[in-house]
Amino acid sequence: MTIKGKAYIAGIYEHPTRHAPDKSTAQLHAEVAKGAIEDAGLSKDDVDGYFCAGDAPGGAWPMVDYLGLNTKKLRHVDSTETGGCSYIIHLGHAAEAIAAGKCSIALITLAGKPRTGAMPPRAAGAEVDFESAYGATTHNAYGMCAMRHMHDYGTTSEQLAWIKVAASHHAQYNPHAMLKDVVTVEDVLNSPMISDPLHRMDCCVVSDGGGALIVTTPEIAKSLKKPLVKLIGHGEAMKGPRGGKDLDLTYSAGIWSGPRAFEEAGITPKDIKYASIYDSFTITVLMQLEDLGFCKKGEGGKFVADGNLISGVGKLPFNTDGGGLCSNHPVNRGGMTKIIEAVRQLRGEAHPKVQVRNCDLAIAHGTGGLLGVRHAASTAILERV
Amino acid sequence: MSEAKKYPAPVTNPETAAFWDAAKDGKFMIKRCTACGEAHYFPRSICPFCYSDKTVWEEASGEGTIYTWSLMRKSPTGPYAIGYVTLKEGPSVQTNFVDCDLEKLKIGQKVKVVFKPTDGAPLPFFTPA
Repeated sequence: MTIKGKAYIAGIYEHPTRHAPDKSTAQLHAEVAKGAIEDAGLSKDDVDGYFCAGDAPGGAWPMVDYLGLNTKKLRHVDSTETGGCSYIIHLGHAAEAIAAGKCSIALITLAGKPRTGAMPPRAAGAEVDFESAYGATTHNAYGMCAMRHMHDYGTTSEQLAWIKVAASHHAQYNPHAMLKDVVTVEDVLNSPMISDPLHRMDCCVVSDGGGALIVTTPEIAKSLKKPLVKLIGHGEAMKGPRGGKDLDLTYSAGIWSGPRAFEEAGITPKDIKYASIYDSFTITVLMQLEDLGFCKKGEGGKFVADGNLISGVGKLPFNTDGGGLCSNHPVNRGGMTKIIEAVRQLRGEAHPKVQVRNCDLAIAHGTGGLLGVRHAASTAILERV
Repeated sequence: MSEAKKYPAPVTNPETAAFWDAAKDGKFMIKRCTACGEAHYFPRSICPFCYSDKTVWEEASGEGTIYTWSLMRKSPTGPYAIGYVTLKEGPSVQTNFVDCDLEKLKIGQKVKVVFKPTDGAPLPFFTPA
């Protein structure tokens, strides 16, 4: 069994807002749902599968009701919660459900307002008494990964800075990006240290907003007007300290989700023309590129340096919307926007200044949770038909 | 600097109560599986490696080396350094480093456990040995 070619992304929508104090979270979900359904050229009454994660107020059944989905037709729901990569996992699960005939038009939504107000805390795991007092946050959890990566492989702050520099080169063309100024390696190194060895400019933005996808069958996709974007490979994986044995924070669960996706797709990293890589921090990108096989473990620093991730300049154009480092990071979850920009690239709808020529194969990859503690990862490989 | 910092009391549960009881006596406990011989942390009743239920409490040396660390420069309670310590007995444990110059921490540095009081059982931290 494979999901290769069994599902197409027929609708995408990224909310243009970056700050939405005047809207409710549910409202943002509805706005992105409407946007994606209209982008596909469908009606909300066509939707028969719904996917959401922990950001959806109340979970799946309140959202299905609030969104006014057709409950006589809706026959598949999935509220898998794996942090920022939830939506990449949803994409794979939607393809599985479509391949199994459990639904034919799946809606996936993400929305929320962390810039307007603090997000509710995540429910505690079994580790709570042994970890919560130590104050693991995104910043220091990823800082711990970067510190060890530098120790083991000689990765430098300058190399990490190139990732932000590349993102800023792309963000200058995105009218919705929060940070549109092109920055230099020196700018990154001169920004304040937040949690060693990560500087402020190694960190993504905090933004309100959201996004949505419509995933459907090949037959329905071909009956619609949008360029055809097919899911050809998908992987998911999880990693944690596992009792503290052989702790190694220099790799992520992407080391398993990536090969699973490439194997299913029947291609290799060399075939990829465009990469959406979750960029919660610069170190996240560097580690994911290694784990996905774009370079060897430990060589990510050299790989990202000197503009290699800049569209039109380097070998692997990444995050051409400016990504989480410059454009947005709705609900502190980067998975959705990673898929959306990959679809834009495959459709030829990216900004002309960053559009990759003949872009026929793209990857969208993300992680969720804390790379330095415990996390999930998911990889999707997409092809323009 | 961080002397006045107030740490949350562990909630504790039947599976881990023995760890916190020992902590009150200044003992740092780990769990070891008598079936496969592996030690692990944080403590579970079922061995996470071989799934045997023959796990026993063992007092650890409290000594180890810094695997990694990161100094959070700003927080509502001031700067703090999080990290992992690889214990002499094998497992790596998440912790904070205390009672030292946080800017001078180094990967590979030798550290030892030190307990800090809470309103309940004391919590383990690490400081340069």
